Amino acid sequence: MLSRVADSIYWLNRYIERAENVARFVEVNLNLLMDNPIGVTQQWDPLIAVTGDRALFSQLYGEATARNVLNFLTFDSHSPNSILSCVRSARENARSVRETISSEMWEQINAFYLMVEAAAKDKPDDIREAHEFYAEVKMASHRFNGVMNATASWNESWHFGQLGRLLERADKTSRILDVKYFLLLPSAKAVGSPLDNLQWIALLKSASAYEMYRKVEQTISPTNVARFLIFDPHFPRSIKFCLCRAEESLRKIAGTDEIQTLPSERALGRLRSELEYVTFEEIFQQGLHEFLDKLQGDLNQVGDRIYTDFIAVPPTVLPSSDIASRQFSGQFSTQSFTQSSGQSAGQFSTLSKAE
Amino acid sequence: MSFKGYDPGDFYDELFSATGVPWPEAALLIERIESVPIESLILRQQAAQSTLFKLGVTFNVYGDEEGAEKVFPFDVVPRMVSGKTWDWLEKGLQQRIVALNCFLDDIYNEQKIIADGVIPRATVESASGYLPPCLGLKPPQGVWCHITGTDLVRDRKGDWFVLEDNLRCPSGVSYVLENRRVMKSSFPSLFEALDIKAVDDYPSQLLRTLLALAPENISNPMVVLLTPGAFNSAYFEHSFLAQQMGITLVEGCDLVIDDGYVKMRTTRGLCQVDVIYRRIDDDFIDPTEFRPDSMLGVPGLMEVYRQGRVAIANAPGTGIADDKLIYAYVPQMIRYYLNEEQIIPNVPTYFCEDEKQQAYILANLGSLVVKATDASGGYGMLIGTQSTKAQQDHFAEKIKANPRGYIAQPTLCLSRVPTLIEKTFQGRHVDLRPFILYGKSSSYGGTAPYVNPGGLTRVALREGSLVVNSSQGGGSKDTWVMNS
Repeated sequence: MLSRVADSIYWLNRYIERAENVARFVEVNLNLLMDNPIGVTQQWDPLIAVTGDRALFSQLYGEATARNVLNFLTFDSHSPNSILSCVRSARENARSVRETISSEMWEQINAFYLMVEAAAKDKPDDIREAHEFYAEVKMASHRFNGVMNATASWNESWHFGQLGRLLERADKTSRILDVKYFLLLPSAKAVGSPLDNLQWIALLKSASAYEMYRKVEQTISPTNVARFLIFDPHFPRSIKFCLCRAEESLRKIAGTDEIQTLPSERALGRLRSELEYVTFEEIFQQGLHEFLDKLQGDLNQVGDRIYTDFIAVPPTVLPSSDIASRQFSGQFSTQSFTQSSGQSAGQFSTLSKAE
Repeated sequence: MSFKGYDPGDFYDELFSATGVPWPEAALLIERIESVPIESLILRQQAAQSTLFKLGVTFNVYGDEEGAEKVFPFDVVPRMVSGKTWDWLEKGLQQRIVALNCFLDDIYNEQKIIADGVIPRATVESASGYLPPCLGLKPPQGVWCHITGTDLVRDRKGDWFVLEDNLRCPSGVSYVLENRRVMKSSFPSLFEALDIKAVDDYPSQLLRTLLALAPENISNPMVVLLTPGAFNSAYFEHSFLAQQMGITLVEGCDLVIDDGYVKMRTTRGLCQVDVIYRRIDDDFIDPTEFRPDSMLGVPGLMEVYRQGRVAIANAPGTGIADDKLIYAYVPQMIRYYLNEEQIIPNVPTYFCEDEKQQAYILANLGSLVVKATDASGGYGMLIGTQSTKAQQDHFAEKIKANPRGYIAQPTLCLSRVPTLIEKTFQGRHVDLRPFILYGKSSSYGGTAPYVNPGGLTRVALREGSLVVNSSQGGGSKDTWVMNS
């Protein structure tokens, strides 16, 4: 398939998954606040910390009030990672490859886009009132996945889509888990308190993981929750699950089997096997936040390698004419792997470290 | 909803021969529409419109930043063409395309038509679409214009005329297909009751035409559609056609010349391309030979084409036939190449270049239509009857400064079709763009061009307006050609 098309399919899926996960971030916080005892400060700052767009947020809004944070994450077209921006980018990518995707997929994305645009036009003063909107965003993303799985051939293009979605989801699950790191408890004594427990439950719920978690664990504990979201082999939002499936798709794309040859395959394989063999004690020794932070960096590297292996023009065939090469890089830079993932990678990881 | 009170007025109406009297082929349609309550009809119109919106059947308007995508407004009342009329139109279009193709092949090679004094050399060489780098080209099977959209109109008496030729890269066929799809789902019973010619064959016919162009030694040709990209006004159509034909939609940046062949960049390296259906203007396809500022094309493409290692449809150079002065010579071409008389006439055309004619034009700007010879899309024209004195003066200056750049025609009072406007039926002016495919492969069962039955009926939605272009307040209707 065309490299440009592969790039767009990958990003189309990443953006939809990203929109869904931003909705999850917002939901977890809305849930938490409703359960907070009176007197506990409302914390919106952690959401900005965890999405990694702190610099832009400070520049656009300053103070992390509920209204500011919600608008920034939901309807702000100046923020590249707001739900509105993600859905717009997803649709733009879809539009540029719509002859390669099924009509049903296109209609679903278009409907998603129209729904979000309408909501943005018509947003309530207090976005907290619009909480069904976040549920709709999640549903629209699920619908898109369902339609894609049921109407598109599971060919190379589909695998690129999977790759985009799974890498994005792994990254975002790690960030959902990280929210707890930034959430302040009223005091050190509150660790293990009912409030602490409520926060972990809310976190599970925001990853749609609460019910599935309950089936395998009886008690809510930080270790169990983290273990479930990182290692559970069957839960489709756990990091390990995502990486294993992403690896399968990458292998299908590369067409290699036993002997892995491409740098992207090696990077992803290494990351997956690290998760396979690391013990939970090791993670906690290192610090969960630090572990997640490194994981996010590694995921970005995988993205970069995929870009060099399949999307970037191989150096040997660069056209002799200046015009063509300028044109080529120009087209890709609007939405390339390197740009978009580099952007988020840079912002996400440096900011998390700065915290 | 009743047509009572619908007045065809002093126009040729496509559905009514007189107030309350439909043409025979339209009788059943009118009866069925009358049996549908107004609310229901409006709902169906809205549903059709929203279906098109959801499908993303949109076009982009240049210079419109906010919400650049627009839905081409769609009207539920179809335009009808009787089987007999269609047979005649089809012959006329085939004749015209064959003659134009002879002209293109001649003008870029032997130039007999110039030598024999039928068309002045200066007229040809000053045409905007005339491309000297195409001199000496021999496209596969001698076919230059594989895909044409010819604009037809009818006057007050109902006589048909060819208004314009579009050989460069005509658009609109996707609306023909999508409008039909929407009409079928809105009025299924009508399609059962009436014997309407199907249009869905177009993508298969187009693919067949393109495949036949591949160099002979290629057994499984790679056909691609070259688009300027998602920001082009006809992008929807590009992706739609690529999808319907199952071919790859490429942008200039996806293609590269390597080892003497055109190749595309894929996830598994470079892959050879054999046929290019280009939807970018010919002077943009290769910056090394034509416009050096083009970022849309592929540097070096023309040389590969000359070597016969890739086929391009339409062939570069066909744009010369879109020039409105060249258009005026089509009757002569038909006589010269085919030894026939033109079946569908041209609109009488006055040349600003001719001193006497120019004087007549300048004296009658208030009643004529003046068109720039190199413009299209309803741009660069003056409709005398609807213009101000200042606009006329402005055009008079332009004509005097550049007589080659303008022609004039009498204002045709275009035929009308009842159109649903705010709960009533009102007459609105229409034109018709049929799509013609020309290839000399045996799969046609001969060498006659294929004409898709009907075409795109564009309707000027503004009351009294004669401009049907989508960029200027036009909409579209389904076109029903009856099997007689």
